[in-house]
Amino acid sequence: MKIILTTSSASLDSEVDPRFGRGAYLLVVNTETLEWQAHPNPGASAPGGAGIQAAQFVADQKVGAVLSGDFGPHAFNALQAAGVPMYVYNEVRTAREAIEHFKAGQLQQLDAPARGDCDHEHHG
Amino acid sequence: MILAVASGKGGTGKTTIATSLALSLAAEFTPPPLFLDCDVEAPNAHLFLKPTFEQRQDVGILIPRVDEAKCTHCGKCAEVCQYHAIAVLGKKTLVFPQLCHGCGSCTALCPEHAITEIPDVMGVIERGPAASGIPFARGMLDVGEPMAVPVIRQLLAWAQPEPGQLVLRDVPPGTSCPVVAAVRGSDYLLLVTEPTPFGLHDLKLAAQIARELDIPSGVIVNRANGSYPELDDFCAAEGLPILLRIPFERAIAEGVAQGRTLVEIHPEYADYFRQVFAQITASLP
Repeated sequence: MKIILTTSSASLDSEVDPRFGRGAYLLVVNTETLEWQAHPNPGASAPGGAGIQAAQFVADQKVGAVLSGDFGPHAFNALQAAGVPMYVYNEVRTAREAIEHFKAGQLQQLDAPARGDCDHEHHG
Repeated sequence: MILAVASGKGGTGKTTIATSLALSLAAEFTPPPLFLDCDVEAPNAHLFLKPTFEQRQDVGILIPRVDEAKCTHCGKCAEVCQYHAIAVLGKKTLVFPQLCHGCGSCTALCPEHAITEIPDVMGVIERGPAASGIPFARGMLDVGEPMAVPVIRQLLAWAQPEPGQLVLRDVPPGTSCPVVAAVRGSDYLLLVTEPTPFGLHDLKLAAQIARELDIPSGVIVNRANGSYPELDDFCAAEGLPILLRIPFERAIAEGVAQGRTLVEIHPEYADYFRQVFAQITASLP
């Protein structure tokens, strides 16, 4: 299965990045072959709407699941509309570990946004 | 003439200055100056000028509504939206109203004409007479709404001065979009600061806005006790005249905390403010 996870650098041995919208990289991984490709997160430096931009990227990649530490309300709604199941890292530390845990069915699937509100400033 | 009172740093005394300036000039002008509280996220000038609001109007922007029956999910709308307020996710097009700036690009560019615009109320604008016959207007952003600019713009368009009437705008703190929206179009920018590193830091940013918008400006130093030569050096280097210094004084702090204006606490300030205004008009072409 093709999945996406947020990581802090462009490698399978990278630490996971707990932020979805502003995580540094979106790592597209084939869970069977462990082939991977890293994409700089288009939301990482967006002034606003970071989660939506990242979710748009995930939806366009047509993946079976997305893994991160935290999904904000906008990202959650967008990914839910796109029909992409969301899983959270909890204690997992590296991308490789996260993939193993995912394959073993040990990651928690999300059915509500992780946070109640977004924490960044908006400017007119 | 439009005179805007801004500061960069919050809490320097913008409203204290703006309200007392309005009261000092009210007797000199017919009609009295029009006072606009543009700090729509936290308006407070009404506490001092005590207006009676007679007219109010809801304000907001137009946001897109997608007709799913017509939408082909081509993604054109998401592509043109620079605020990521609309996203096409598989077979669904989602609108995020809090990110929408109401520019209308998605509606205009939808090849299927599947988008219509619906009003999204973000706040209210109100006006009515205040102390000393000053016509007063303000905007107020609804709690939870992130964007102040549309409310400020609609306040400025709605509360128009009579021909020749002086306008005083109480500008929000900071140096971001709401400040630019409230300052733009004014003839003079009065910058209120305090002699502290924080006050000076933000004064520098506010002075850059004035330069960028090509608006002549001058400085009032509030809580001006002690010596802080860095501030005077900056003003001298930038050619910013220091028009007035107001001391840090317990009587002023107590009076303002009770909702009294500076000219009520110290009536002699009415003359000082008239002199400030005379200096400003003399400096303008």
